Amino acid sequence: MTRLTRRAFGLSAASAGLAFAAPATLSAQTQARLVIIGGGFGGASAARYARIAFPNVAVTLIEPKTSFVTCPYGNLLLAGERTLPQITHSYDGLKARGVNVVHDWADGIDATAKTVRLRGRATVAYDKLILSPGIAIRWNAIEGYTEAAAEALPHAWIPGAGEQTTLLRRQLEALPDGGVVGFAIPPNPFRCPPGPYERISLVASYLKRHKPRAKILALDAKDAFSKQGLFQDAWNELYPGLIEWVPLNKDGKVTRVDAQAKIFETELGTRHRVDVGNVIPPQSAAKIAIDAGLTNETGWVPVNPRTFEATRARDIHVIGDANVGQVMPKSGYIANSTSKVAVAAAVAALEGRPAPEPTVYFNTCYSHVGPEYGISVVGVFRPSENGFVETPNSGGVSPRGPLAEQREQRRLEALHADAWYGAITRDAFS
Amino acid sequence: MTVPVPFLLGAAALTLSTAMQSPARAQSAPAPQIALSCAGCHGVGGAGEGSVPRIAGYDRQAFVDNWSAFRANARPATIMNRIARGYTDAEVAQLATYFASLR
Repeated sequence: MTRLTRRAFGLSAASAGLAFAAPATLSAQTQARLVIIGGGFGGASAARYARIAFPNVAVTLIEPKTSFVTCPYGNLLLAGERTLPQITHSYDGLKARGVNVVHDWADGIDATAKTVRLRGRATVAYDKLILSPGIAIRWNAIEGYTEAAAEALPHAWIPGAGEQTTLLRRQLEALPDGGVVGFAIPPNPFRCPPGPYERISLVASYLKRHKPRAKILALDAKDAFSKQGLFQDAWNELYPGLIEWVPLNKDGKVTRVDAQAKIFETELGTRHRVDVGNVIPPQSAAKIAIDAGLTNETGWVPVNPRTFEATRARDIHVIGDANVGQVMPKSGYIANSTSKVAVAAAVAALEGRPAPEPTVYFNTCYSHVGPEYGISVVGVFRPSENGFVETPNSGGVSPRGPLAEQREQRRLEALHADAWYGAITRDAFS
Repeated sequence: MTVPVPFLLGAAALTLSTAMQSPARAQSAPAPQIALSCAGCHGVGGAGEGSVPRIAGYDRQAFVDNWSAFRANARPATIMNRIARGYTDAEVAQLATYFASLR
């Protein structure tokens, strides 16, 4: 199926007029095939960028769902400030750009034959594969936290079609005033480092308005977290006495759950009974990456920091939350930013050129913590010998300080967060 | 097993592919890789989005000057001061030229 000529593509037929350089086997029909698995921020951004920057490359996007529910702004849905349609995006924009969107599951990758096996039995051949599969939950890493348990204690960390997020929302609505909302928060690394704390903040904002006697118990498997000072300042200012955060060193690590009784049990055996429980479980790269042998002992995929080619397989570029991206966060913005570099590097390799330089990976994570109150962390990253480094003296978090002094900063960051959501989703799906 | 494409050929193909884009899609200059992440806040092609200003068509010198002011905390900023310190002068010059070229 794959042909000797597969690297000669696009306008290479025209280039073949350069008879001295072109082997006689070059064919006008041959077009480079870029296949993308996963239609989230990474995969959709890759598909869109590939169509714009490399119009002669055939782009196929394999994604089982017919629309995408974002993780970002899902926490606003929990607070009753967004509806599901407002955080759902269709693939029509990508289709209109000429992306061949295949709504099927990618069940496996044959890295030798360079094919993807679909659940519908067909196989799709690629010259370069962009793999952006997201995360898998490590079921039972917390004892008793199974797929069935997630129906009682939602994770709401993989949106799917929105089932988990709307389930958690319904549970919050049904919470009796005076009830306890429990959070179990995983160790690093995991998807969206500030996400649990934004979620705590926005659930607190909902409780303050609708269940003023309810409390939040946040049990954390870490001693420190993203934007910690800013979050804790906000909790003290906006929600005094409402949130109890328990770090690892105060027995915060949840090791076992009882989904029926809604009990979170910690390392030292303390049992916390909650009325609504959100378990944000330990994670790994998605199953397809593990099955393809791309992951290392950490459960994530090591990649070349300039091209995102998996170190364990040629011609498979792994972007988004699934790769070993540290020190970069597992964020939608990093997935978007790195997707373009991966596509450019993949196409350059097919054309026999070096990957474009310079390379900068950019991230801003905004968090809403209450009405007109936004905070952020900025990171400007670059490839290094073996990984990624943050550019010295750059980036960092919003200025701290009493709300009275920082009110305008917080208001603007909340507005900019909304702008970011609009811009990044357009840059992926339009 | 695959036939490597000679570098010359790849370069020729690239030039051709740029030249043959439809006029509607043609830009004054191809987007440098480092400019692509700006779209995440400033909108596709730097067109602006909500509270975040348009940077397409921004005067080149003003872009460079404002960037320096952001770096030095000499211009009011919510996050651009933190961003500005992450890019070199050469990179800023590249960004300025690119966004000035967009309409």
